[in-house]
Amino acid sequence: MLLVQHIGLVAISTGIAVLIGLPLGVLAARRPGWRGPVLALANVFQTIPSLALFGLLIPVFGIGAWTAITALVVYALLPIVRNTYAGIAGVDPAVREAGRGMGMTEGELLRLVELPLAAGVILAGVRVATVVSVGIATIAAAIGAGGLGVYIFRGVAAVDDTLILAGAIPAALLAILADALLGFAERRLVWRSR
Amino acid sequence: MASARSRSGGIFEEVNPVLEVRDLRYELPRNGRALVDGVSFSVGAGETLVLLGRSGAGKTTTLRLLNRLLVPTAGAVLIAGQPTAAVEATQLRRRIGYVIQEVGLFPHFSVAANVGLVPRLAQWPRDRIERRVRELLTLVGLDPDTFAARFPHQLSGGQRQRVGVARALAADPPLLLLDEPFGALDAITRLELQREFRALEGRLGKAMVFVTHDVREGLLLGTRIGLLDAGRLAFLGTPEEFRASSLPEVRQFMEAA
Repeated sequence: MLLVQHIGLVAISTGIAVLIGLPLGVLAARRPGWRGPVLALANVFQTIPSLALFGLLIPVFGIGAWTAITALVVYALLPIVRNTYAGIAGVDPAVREAGRGMGMTEGELLRLVELPLAAGVILAGVRVATVVSVGIATIAAAIGAGGLGVYIFRGVAAVDDTLILAGAIPAALLAILADALLGFAERRLVWRSR
Repeated sequence: MASARSRSGGIFEEVNPVLEVRDLRYELPRNGRALVDGVSFSVGAGETLVLLGRSGAGKTTTLRLLNRLLVPTAGAVLIAGQPTAAVEATQLRRRIGYVIQEVGLFPHFSVAANVGLVPRLAQWPRDRIERRVRELLTLVGLDPDTFAARFPHQLSGGQRQRVGVARALAADPPLLLLDEPFGALDAITRLELQREFRALEGRLGKAMVFVTHDVREGLLLGTRIGLLDAGRLAFLGTPEEFRASSLPEVRQFMEAA
């Protein structure tokens, strides 16, 4: 059903965005030279209006779910990359100095110190990305990707309020639910690292 | 020259002097300015060399050259007769204790986990780490039963630095580097820790390099004093010799004390 499709679109695209965005954020934090380009690129992606991005991708990828997912990944990148960068860069320099001075490798520092301490902030980025994705995914219906937008567009075409709401309300609830769940997880992580 | 292996094994056998520095030089990459300009000294087991100097004299830079957080432009650092350049950096640092002014405890690790970090990285068995942590906390004046499970944010500044020292000693390194460890503490706590540290120095028998800009602290804790001035050693000798010296750089320091 359409709700499941919608959740699927959001989950897959956010997942991919994390897989790409997290390493990019780490890179930006580790190499000062990379920070500018990485953040600028993610920023550029953000400024393109979603329907326009869909339009740009269709000639290349065709219509359907994968085009929508590609676009959703693009929009999810900025919050994830930026928050990963901020989270890691925000780790107390004394902690990093002590860690290096004691003989931790860069990998050990990342795994044992930086990522755990940045987890709360990174999750906040994932939360923003998820909520934004739920919204943009409603437009995915316009390019044949399915999801709750289907009800909305059909309802608009048929001037049927019930149909519109059948899509709009679950979408809104989904966004609120995702925000609440991830917010809860984020608060638990931030508390632990304090 | 080599005698029995040190208690926890490792890459440095017991050789005296533990630390030898020859004509150490460090130039800033971007403009070639020498922050450390031909420094030589040696430190034996049981000795504490205090690196004294005003801000910008090159004390912290020299210290960071010893554990290769900075790479020397010229000169050599030898630990137990072995050039540090020949040892992989992270392995080297695990055999050197490092205590910094800001302490840098991991806020998400308990006190026990902080102290046991290097043993954990070296993959010691868990019970051995636990025993060592308890031993060290007691050594630095923190009751293990009270403090092992606490977190850094629950500790006072003085307690945190005690944990910092315990952490540096965990893998029983032959050399300890300390960068103004008591500088961020209030005067009373600082004095308390200085006195305890002095007692500890005698018991541990380790080679130590202790950076400070506080003359009194230096005279109290050092077996020898090295006065750094613009990257060079203006004076190297015992505290008594320091007090008696008529060198202008020394007089300047003693007057300002």
